[in-house]
Amino acid sequence: MDRPAAKIGLKHGSGGRAMRQLIEDVFLTLASPVDGIGLSALDDGAAIRVGDRWLVVTTDSHVVHPIFFPGGDIGRLGVSGTVNDLAMMGATEPLGLTCAVVLEEGFPRSDLERVVASMRETAREANAPIVTGDTKVMGKGEVDGIVLNTTGVALTDRVVSDAGLRPGDLLIVTGTIGDHGMAIMSRRHDLRLEGDLRSDVAPLNGLVREALRAGGEDVVAMKDPTRGGVAGVLHEMAAKGKVGIVIDEAALPVRDEVRAASEMIGIDPLLVANEGKAVIAVRARSADKVLAALRGHPLGASAAVVATAIAERPGAVILDTGFGRRMLAEPEGELLPRIC
Amino acid sequence: MCLGVPGKVVAIDGMSATVDFFGVRKELRLDIVDEPVSIGDYVLNHVGFAIRRIPPDEVQETLALFDQILDVSGAKADLMAQDVRGEIAAAKHKA
Amino acid sequence: MAAKDLFQELKFRDPVRARALAEAIAREVAAIGRRVSVMHVCGSHEQAIARFGLRAVLPPELELIMGPGCPVCVTDGPEVDEAVALAVQGARVCTYGDMLRLPGTARSLADAQADGAKVEIVYSVSQAVELAEKHPGDEVVFLGSGFETTAVATAAVALARPPKNFSILSVHKYVPAAMAVVAESKETNIEGYIAAGHAAIITGWGIFEPFAARTGKPVVVAGFEPLDILAAILKLTELMRARKPEVANVYPRCVTKEGNLPAQRTLWKAFRTVTGRWRGIAEVRDGNLDLTPEYAHLDARKRFRIDTTPVRDDAAEEAARGCICGAIMLGLANPGDCALFGKSCVPESPVGACMVSSEGQCRIWHTYGGVPDLRKVGT
Repeated sequence: MDRPAAKIGLKHGSGGRAMRQLIEDVFLTLASPVDGIGLSALDDGAAIRVGDRWLVVTTDSHVVHPIFFPGGDIGRLGVSGTVNDLAMMGATEPLGLTCAVVLEEGFPRSDLERVVASMRETAREANAPIVTGDTKVMGKGEVDGIVLNTTGVALTDRVVSDAGLRPGDLLIVTGTIGDHGMAIMSRRHDLRLEGDLRSDVAPLNGLVREALRAGGEDVVAMKDPTRGGVAGVLHEMAAKGKVGIVIDEAALPVRDEVRAASEMIGIDPLLVANEGKAVIAVRARSADKVLAALRGHPLGASAAVVATAIAERPGAVILDTGFGRRMLAEPEGELLPRIC
Repeated sequence: MCLGVPGKVVAIDGMSATVDFFGVRKELRLDIVDEPVSIGDYVLNHVGFAIRRIPPDEVQETLALFDQILDVSGAKADLMAQDVRGEIAAAKHKA
Repeated sequence: MAAKDLFQELKFRDPVRARALAEAIAREVAAIGRRVSVMHVCGSHEQAIARFGLRAVLPPELELIMGPGCPVCVTDGPEVDEAVALAVQGARVCTYGDMLRLPGTARSLADAQADGAKVEIVYSVSQAVELAEKHPGDEVVFLGSGFETTAVATAAVALARPPKNFSILSVHKYVPAAMAVVAESKETNIEGYIAAGHAAIITGWGIFEPFAARTGKPVVVAGFEPLDILAAILKLTELMRARKPEVANVYPRCVTKEGNLPAQRTLWKAFRTVTGRWRGIAEVRDGNLDLTPEYAHLDARKRFRIDTTPVRDDAAEEAARGCICGAIMLGLANPGDCALFGKSCVPESPVGACMVSSEGQCRIWHTYGGVPDLRKVGT
């Protein structure tokens, strides 16, 4: 039994086991019954029954640093993150997004305008109107640059949870993994790596729409592998579906530069954040159809089947390395470069 | 002992070299490498320092070493059969 | 050339050769005719073995034990307390990433950082020097962790006349001492050793010859790709079967007999071996690397009066004496045999090295409830 920490640490925000424990121990006390999927489901968002449809709601705060990074910025991340959380629950037509910012005194106006321009463009891409917002300013040093929160709402006929996995189902990733996290890490930790490491941040609702159109009810679970990476998502799906998962390592699509950078700092791409990818679980009989639909879309060109759900070892995620098999541990906390 | 990754030297500036690790580039210090390093050489990186200049024909030499070890233990014949079977299968697949 | 192609080209990850090597290992072990135990002493070897699932391809009669070879894991609680104390006293402490969360007797550098201390992660010791140049008003202390491969980098920086506000808190360790600890234990049943490939780049493989002669056990030097490790294990089992206490270099592309002489000169100018305590293993003769008197001016322990009283927990240190990592690392005990396992020693607050390392025996047992056999899963 892990003893609860007296103080919140960075690990509590990293999407791994520590964060999950904190949410279960502290935040779940907020849960109350809801006609639909509420807080206790710990899904990407909530789904509340409205008539014969579902209202899907999700919220996200963004604190990424640097705020401008290769491939994107906090604005694009803010819009994409929320659009994608809605899409992961099957809601691909957002009704509206909110945009709340907390700014640090001294934050450059030109940076703010650049972030907002990026939000505008991404919202247009996703066909997701930004309908309301809020602005606060805190004193110098009281907040780090900018904190951006976006909330999204959408209606859907069918909610796809992340708990629907059954033995025999196949798991697809919609493209190359580890791009976003490696791009951020190579900048942040002063690793000074030069190369084409750029974030994949993008709104996925169009891509997901195609997958749902092709697979229908055979699309049984979806989740986007942000903090905690593909490993984190597979652990959640395995736990909630009470199945084991075996990953075929050779099938994982990874860009050469991401592979090279990850070898250098000793961090597995499976653990690293993605902001423009989804993990989609399908009944085996529809896998080919869904894969073809994904590959036909510009954001899904590298989509691939990478894992299978099995009946044994429920909750375990196993990696078949091509040489042998091993357990893939749940992501622990903030990822740190390794020297040994 | 610890994380050591091979890369190719693409530029040198005094005690500092730019090294390409299969698509990602980094500056390394040359203070402790065992031999003088030139552009095009492969070096092993450990915590930002080159600790070894890897001789150019090391790939073939290493493979030969592996095969020799297999030979001594009587496994070489099996390996060759595997390779041949693999080639036949690949040829069939392409046809 | 694309990275994936190059790795295939390098063929050090070729599954076909891997299978052949694994089958040959099985034959050698069968010829020996009983259970045998071999040991490696390198955290990166364990990472590679675990990462590629290599234990799943080795015969069950061959026990491949991880010895005391993860320098982070064997860094003792009181050593971390010194770094934490300096951070709390106001120094800017620079550390490699994998040391950040290592607990001292009470706290880690991450805990100190959360409380507002200046703790920075660096990828290279040269960055710590740059930080000293950038912050002339701060005392910048570099926490030097790692074995001799990493100590050489620290030594290079020491020799290059770093700025006056820069100093080194050395917790570097010396890997041949790890093997000696194991070999000298009366109860050990280790019959062969896999030496750390990258440390051997620096020291050369010649230093293992007296060890092999003294212990009567063979030593192989292995690289870190899956084929490197399998080929080395095969060579080791051959030597064990033939009862030849020899040293075989199975990493010739990087390791030579004499090693990297410029690096050795640099290392031994700045450092010397001293006896020290390794986490969970008590005294290790010549196990630690301290700065030489010539470089005392860079030694944080001499420059500062380090007071660990506010940051250490003596009761915890006392309790830690119940740790049996030493025996576990020799393959003489299981995590379940340890009184602290799962109670005072858990991943969130590890006491011994075996629980610190993500590939440590105790950590794996605690996470997976034993050592999972995945051979038949999903087939």
